[in-house]
Amino acid sequence: MAVNKMTSKEVTQKVFNKEKLFVFDVRNESDFQDWKIEGDNFQYMNIPYFELLDGVEEILDKIPTKMEVLVVCAKEGSSIMVAEMLSYAGLDVAYLEGGMKAWSEHLEPVKVGDLKDGGELYQFVRIGKGCLSYMVLSNGEAALIDSTRMTDVYLDFAAEKNVKITHVFDTHLHADHISGGRTIAEKTGATYWLPPKDATEVTFEYQALEGGNDVKIGDTSINIHSLYSPGHTIGSTSFVVDEKFLLSGDILFIDSIGRPDLAGLAEDWVGDLRETLYNRYRELSDELVVLPAHFMIIDELNEDGSVSEKLGILFAKNHGLNIEDESEFRKMVTENLPPQPNAYQEIRETNMGKINPDQEQQREMEIGPNRCAVR
Amino acid sequence: METLKTDFVLDAKGLACPMPIVKTKKAMNDLEAGQVVEVQATDKGSKADIKAWAESTGHQYLGTIEEGEVLKHYLRKSSNDEAKTETKHPVVATNEELEKKLQGNESIVVLDVREEAEYAFNHIPNAICIPLGQLEDRFTELDQEAEIFVVCRTGSRSDFAAQKLAQNGFKKVTNVIPGMSGWTGSTTTINN
Repeated sequence: MAVNKMTSKEVTQKVFNKEKLFVFDVRNESDFQDWKIEGDNFQYMNIPYFELLDGVEEILDKIPTKMEVLVVCAKEGSSIMVAEMLSYAGLDVAYLEGGMKAWSEHLEPVKVGDLKDGGELYQFVRIGKGCLSYMVLSNGEAALIDSTRMTDVYLDFAAEKNVKITHVFDTHLHADHISGGRTIAEKTGATYWLPPKDATEVTFEYQALEGGNDVKIGDTSINIHSLYSPGHTIGSTSFVVDEKFLLSGDILFIDSIGRPDLAGLAEDWVGDLRETLYNRYRELSDELVVLPAHFMIIDELNEDGSVSEKLGILFAKNHGLNIEDESEFRKMVTENLPPQPNAYQEIRETNMGKINPDQEQQREMEIGPNRCAVR
Repeated sequence: METLKTDFVLDAKGLACPMPIVKTKKAMNDLEAGQVVEVQATDKGSKADIKAWAESTGHQYLGTIEEGEVLKHYLRKSSNDEAKTETKHPVVATNEELEKKLQGNESIVVLDVREEAEYAFNHIPNAICIPLGQLEDRFTELDQEAEIFVVCRTGSRSDFAAQKLAQNGFKKVTNVIPGMSGWTGSTTTINN
């Protein structure tokens, strides 16, 4: 039987369409426990490849024949080996091209809305890691928000759409992934905006992004209005795009809220976080569509694979927005925090320009889930 | 960096997963029980995988030294004879008894007869390292009158060593049981 190759893009479509897939993960157990391909209707089996060096006969009956089977490993080499053994034994299986490394880096553009003057807003879903970045397109120009280090994806997309990237924003200094903002700004000549309170230690030039800044994209009135919203970091800034979309960064997610401990002590910023979520955001229209910088679980995806919800609905349903008692809130965001993202200190230093790891090191630093939220 | 003496060095540099482990497995087959291999790899993932593989196959994962881009993994081939608990040297002490003597600053010698690589990653502070295979050639390094506590991983190699020492005129030799596999006292490691 044939050994097929499946791309991260194809697996992403299966996640979006809630298709069935048997994921046979051959990485070691701790890597699998830490982080895996998530899908609503996916089934899993984890047997490390090094347990299968003598053959797959003993596990053949554990692999379904009436379901698509995808063998997954870290980089692809071991999954090819196991897939070939299974194929030789008569099974029809595929392996994931590029392994979890490629899965972590795949970006899927999903259109989330039209803008008033005919422009468009795209969300780039980094499905394997849960990072969300955005491109606002209008009249031949584009702005990029919270871009990942896979800069070619945005540059190619902009070229395909025939737009010039003129502004690049980061809502805050990221701790879970390496920003591509500076690189893209250098390559395109765009202005790179960072909140100055998060940028006190950066080693490069940037444009100070502060509450109340308005930036126009294209020659019409697409308006990116910034809103100071500290709590995840001291500089965290949200954007209201076209008076319709609220890009909330790592402050507010669909099913959770930002954690305040990745750039300092949780106790220091819990007050800011509450002020932002319980006062500043309350003054905004319930009709705004919230577009966060992350999702944590696959349930947060909409039918089309996008991640968004109206602010009014989040006020009603998001647990983190519904804790009346301030001390209880304080307790939730300072105690029982999830583990911190892999290498988050090094990632912060990279985003400040203090260290310059190579591509391979950057990949290693970003391995695993994002873990920016608390719920 | 001093190099650790091993029985075999496997070059798996530049190879991607699964090859470092495929090659290690093959090399292990050609080694004798108890021998130590150094596996040189550049694949970062090899560290966790070699450790997990060793655990699942019963081989002993000793540790990893990182030298720039190169990861040097040390493994010792499993040996069945170490599982036996019966020892022949009559004078024995428990780990706890040895620990008490060390804490009491008594003037004793701790002789570790495991392989160099085993010793390097985890040993009792100030222990002398003489692998069992070299012991007979190195008797002169030890004082025949000293109170010597012999340790290995499980008490088996140290039993052989203690017998040899006693036969060669060493007067106060004690075998420590079980030894490093159950040691909870302080240790020194090359990775500090």
